[in-house]
Amino acid sequence: MKLDDLKTGKSIVLQGLIRRFGERVVLDALDLHIPQGQFLAIVGRSGCGKSTLLRLLAGLDQADGGLLQQPDGQSVRVMFQEARLLPWKSVLDNVALGLPASRRGEAEQALAEVGLADRAQEWPARLSGGQRQRVALARALVHQPSLLLLDEPLGALDALTRLEMQGLIERLWQQHACTTVLVTHDVSEAVTLADRVVLLEEGRVALDLPVDLPRSRDPADSRFVALEQHILQRVLQGPSFNTPLINETPLASLHFSQLHWAL
Amino acid sequence: MSRSHALAQGLWQRLLPWLVPILLLLFWQQASVAGWLNHRVLPAPTEVLVAFWQLLSSGDLFRHLAVSFARVASGFVIGAGLGLAFGLLAGVSRLGEALFDTTLQMLRNIPPLAILPLVILWFGIDESAKVFLVAFGVLFPVYLNTYHGIRSLDPQLLEMARSYGLSGNALFRQVVLPGALPSILVGIRYALGIAWIILIVAETLSATSGIGYLASNAREFLQTDIVVLSILLYAALGKVVDVAARALEKRWLRWHPSYFKAA
Repeated sequence: MKLDDLKTGKSIVLQGLIRRFGERVVLDALDLHIPQGQFLAIVGRSGCGKSTLLRLLAGLDQADGGLLQQPDGQSVRVMFQEARLLPWKSVLDNVALGLPASRRGEAEQALAEVGLADRAQEWPARLSGGQRQRVALARALVHQPSLLLLDEPLGALDALTRLEMQGLIERLWQQHACTTVLVTHDVSEAVTLADRVVLLEEGRVALDLPVDLPRSRDPADSRFVALEQHILQRVLQGPSFNTPLINETPLASLHFSQLHWAL
Repeated sequence: MSRSHALAQGLWQRLLPWLVPILLLLFWQQASVAGWLNHRVLPAPTEVLVAFWQLLSSGDLFRHLAVSFARVASGFVIGAGLGLAFGLLAGVSRLGEALFDTTLQMLRNIPPLAILPLVILWFGIDESAKVFLVAFGVLFPVYLNTYHGIRSLDPQLLEMARSYGLSGNALFRQVVLPGALPSILVGIRYALGIAWIILIVAETLSATSGIGYLASNAREFLQTDIVVLSILLYAALGKVVDVAARALEKRWLRWHPSYFKAA
């Protein structure tokens, strides 16, 4: 945990946050406190409100009630599930989007950080899905955001590229030290990357767990597996059962690593 | 043996599509020479060639060509310019759409040649009559495709660009215009075809110069060779303009996968 956590006004505070779409309440008086520099993962079934929460944090959407307090002068950058590169701009120009011409050098540097310096002049349509997401990551980081929002950015990638990207995101997060919120439906990914995992259910926080494992984490580590299973069971249990968790299932008998793709 | 055989095969493959036109031409020539075809119905290809040479050396051909080309060019620039302007306006602003779209959609249903009598009453057989007709015919396809191109922009890209700080002029130049360009260019190519059709009719009915005049004048004197030559000139001009439009597409849409060279 970082010292900055204790300083007031530097963290993001959500109090009683409400967002409705017509009759449907997507965020139902949500309370959440995100300390500066934390890597927070938000998991949950589809429709639980996790993407809505991200869009509120990004300022792409407005809440219907409650408080959303963000630090002054906070710069936010979003990485979406789709890379959303402009197809008519070269890879480098995409990274430099919104940057003044004088900071073009930084765009080249950011591209080098994600290992794509040699593709700078290529058209985005020439890149693979994983490469496009790396360009999108470089584009987000070149602005040195104080808050980085990742909206299931690896959801459309194949398993190997996913692992590679997770490593890259972790490394760059450690370098840039920005507050990061990752929305994902992959519990294993959340446990791999985050300092803290929050499970959203029907627009409320259903589970809030710190991940106190040393980086970089090994998904085969027994504590990793236990934590992953704990979260998964809670996810699968669903909101209708409020009975306490029966958590003493033998590890080997259940293959949750296969289950998490289906969520 | 096999190599020369393959070469001959390739040559044959290339020549094959031209076989029928060449045979037709030969048959046509033979029919004229043998007297099966009345010269007033169709002159021999050689006679058309002679007429071509005569008009070329007298300078008349170039004069008429230049006049027709200037009419298409000025009518096209005016019509496409207006179509583009209205299309951008209606595409970008709700107010612009509300003000102009209904009007333009109504006018669009008038065939340009239907207003020919009115145009002759207004402008006589002056230059402005032809230019007006061409502009009128060109305006709508360019308007529609520009408007449609902007309206069908990917909203995800727009959202991304806005969240990366682009707005106003920068958003228009970097996202809206390049995104609508493929559709705009479709409109322009379509409009070019329409421009020639309108000009042919307008020049045939009322003109004292231009290729259409050349043809209708020749008809009065039963100079079928010149009539056929005029038809061929229109075909050639249309082709030249289309090639130019394609070259523009190739250059401006080189980011588009359908313009990538087969790798």
